[in-house]
Amino acid sequence: MVSPSTMKIVRESDAIPGSEYLLEVTDVCKEFPGVVALDNVHLKLRRGTVHALMGENGAGKSTLMKIVAGIYTPDAGSFRLRGQEIRLSGPLDALENGIAMIHQELNLMGPMTVAENIWIRREPTNQLGFINHAAMHRWTVDLFKRLNIDIDPDIEVGKLSVANRQMVEIAKAVSFDSDVLIMDEPTSALTEREVEHLFKIIRSLKAEGKGIIYITHKMNELFEIADEVSIFRDGKFIASKLSSEVTRDEIIRMMVGREISQMFPKETVPIGDVVLSVKGLSLKGIFDDVSFDVRAGEILGIAGLVGSGRSNIAETIFGVTPATAGTIAINGKELRISSPSVAMANHMAFLTEDRKETGCFLLLDIQENTQIAVLQNKYVKNGFVQQKQLGKDSAAMANTLRVRTPDMQEAIINLSGGNQQKVLISRWLLTKPRILILDEPTRGIDVGAKAEIHRLISVLARDGVAVIMISSEMPEVLGMSDRIMVIHEGRVTGFLDRSEADQVKIMELASH
Amino acid sequence: MTTAAPEVGTSTTGLKKVRRLPPEVSILGVLLGIILVFEILGWIFIGESFVANKQRLSIIVLQVAVIGIIAVGVTQVIITAGVDLSSGSMVGFIAMVAASLAQSATNARAVYLEQGWVDLNPIFPIVAGVALGASLGFINGFVIAKTKIPPFIATLGMMVSVRGLAKWYTQGQPVALLTDSFTWFGKSFDFMGFPIPRPVIVFLFVAVICHIALTYTRYGKFTYAIGANPQAARVSGINIGNHLMKVYAVAGLLSGLAGVMTAARAQSGQPGMGVAYELDAIAATVIGGTSLAGGVGRITGTFIGTIILGVVTSGFTFLKVGAYYQEIVKGIIIVTAVIIDQHRQNKRRKTT
Repeated sequence: MVSPSTMKIVRESDAIPGSEYLLEVTDVCKEFPGVVALDNVHLKLRRGTVHALMGENGAGKSTLMKIVAGIYTPDAGSFRLRGQEIRLSGPLDALENGIAMIHQELNLMGPMTVAENIWIRREPTNQLGFINHAAMHRWTVDLFKRLNIDIDPDIEVGKLSVANRQMVEIAKAVSFDSDVLIMDEPTSALTEREVEHLFKIIRSLKAEGKGIIYITHKMNELFEIADEVSIFRDGKFIASKLSSEVTRDEIIRMMVGREISQMFPKETVPIGDVVLSVKGLSLKGIFDDVSFDVRAGEILGIAGLVGSGRSNIAETIFGVTPATAGTIAINGKELRISSPSVAMANHMAFLTEDRKETGCFLLLDIQENTQIAVLQNKYVKNGFVQQKQLGKDSAAMANTLRVRTPDMQEAIINLSGGNQQKVLISRWLLTKPRILILDEPTRGIDVGAKAEIHRLISVLARDGVAVIMISSEMPEVLGMSDRIMVIHEGRVTGFLDRSEADQVKIMELASH
Repeated sequence: MTTAAPEVGTSTTGLKKVRRLPPEVSILGVLLGIILVFEILGWIFIGESFVANKQRLSIIVLQVAVIGIIAVGVTQVIITAGVDLSSGSMVGFIAMVAASLAQSATNARAVYLEQGWVDLNPIFPIVAGVALGASLGFINGFVIAKTKIPPFIATLGMMVSVRGLAKWYTQGQPVALLTDSFTWFGKSFDFMGFPIPRPVIVFLFVAVICHIALTYTRYGKFTYAIGANPQAARVSGINIGNHLMKVYAVAGLLSGLAGVMTAARAQSGQPGMGVAYELDAIAATVIGGTSLAGGVGRITGTFIGTIILGVVTSGFTFLKVGAYYQEIVKGIIIVTAVIIDQHRQNKRRKTT
């Protein structure tokens, strides 16, 4: 056991003989009440490589990374950093030992500036102990230059786009001179161009000899950026492979432990009458003159870049932000949808994009998260909730969607992202919607759960539900939609039929 | 509370069921611990039992009844992630108003002597007090819902203004000589040898009703949802503004009821009544496990929290500890109780 400061001196003196692996984790176990999160797991990271971790949600990737980053202490197993056995006492200790984690949920302070966020706790000070803002600015400029990032160091983080915040997080991690960088789904909120930029940064970090652990659900990213890949399933280590020696299908098979024959099983079903008709819909300053129809049994995909106004259109139709112009008609009847409760009274349902912000009640349990929307109109007699019936129906729904939980009284915060999403979907399915709006229904979800959700959407369409699906994932939009509406900067730039749509046409319309 | 779902438990792969104790258990433990300490110290220093004294038990519950009634309302407000600072002032103002409508004709200086509103049936001051409280609470909720200013500020304004109203109402004069039929509500009755103060019965009744409302009704489910995540609640179709108006009106109504009880018990109305009651009510609520961040809390916890406050106060009096020391230690106990509870909650909420 060596103290961090000693470690640092030893590190700087280069006295440690170069070990083969930068980080070597073997036989690690971690148990939480009710769940074995990790069961004898291994991970070996080489210098100057990107090592991808893949597995379904709940496979144990995030838990393993939290152990590597010092957030959790493992119950058993060995942990070697640069060939030295080490035991981390906490995240700070990990940082001082050169391990930095870029979290999936961004951990920045909105009202503070970019520079303040990056150097917090390490601010340059003058002799009197006051913060030297000029030096801090300079440090930030240097850091950004090295990483090719173009952000004003003095702007408030709250004013940055999600992509730029991500860049700040990465810059912050790099600023610790860390050898091991952990990135947990860094591209989930980025556009294609931003992803390219991120990959450029990752390649230059690789060239500096850093080891990068990269958690992702996206197959194409894996083959583009990763050198090695480790696959996990149900808290167990399955295999480590060079990414050049493995195929997409092999990885999927190892992740789910079964074959997934078809990923996007949209069935051809008879398309019925127009259920929802939107004409000239506008929200001042956000989007303008949006018109479209959706029919029973039809899936209308909405494609467009992040920030193009896709989600705002959905929010307006559902009454979250009422329209400033235009009309919405349901079954031919024109309605003023002034709030979500009006939309729900007209059999609409809306799965929001941001699971944490606008979806889950993180403090409440699964049962309460499932039942909250349906209580508007059903399962209430004289103000009293008919808990018995509701509990039974909620549990049945959770069962149908295969929510992985010990019971319905488990806090939703303890579920993996994919399972949380399933709970939110069951919340809306309980209301028996005729119009279902899905905003990024499978973001941050593993392959198995994704396929299940796709199948479910398909079944709903077969039953005559009109579905609107917003998605950033091209294969999902192409595979699931009967028609695709493309949005660019708040305007509809075109409709593509299932038969004619392809990736190139969508990108052309989306970027104009 | 809710029925377990056996299908889910069995269908999932190898997940153990976690046994959960109700969250009140730890706070009940704190209460019992405090009682035990007083009992032991009592035998050592005073030479008598703390608990085995009917008179003392009666005083403990009487002391906390008024605070308890307020705390039941405050709990609901705090579950929505709000706060109500105006309850103490409302107690003062409504005690004045209720007392002024409950004066006996023998008082030559009765407030409404000219109008002939003396020797009224007690139903009048009670209904007037409760309705006034509900209206003031509704105004709190209305301001918060419509202007979106923080509840802290809205109810702080209400607290200051209503205290002013209490003083203005009789130009600072106390209202005395109330009818026996009204003060009856503040007195005790005998139950199997135990003197039971009637405000305690009111407190119990209010606590049971509100516990049922929070646990088994849509009103309750929406209250928790709003506190847990207002954005998600809105997207789930809950009209947050309307609901907040209801919750603050309920809190105001209960403050009004507490004001009526205070006047009946003291057999008078004084503009300084209820000062800092809001803080005791918030303390009782928080000791009882309700989170100031919203979304978490139960009336049963608040009930125990209220009793803890009462036990501490009368325990110190019993041990003949000076009033100043009492306050010092009371503050420490409030904080310690919450630390213990929070520690336990954190242990429960692990993340995978």
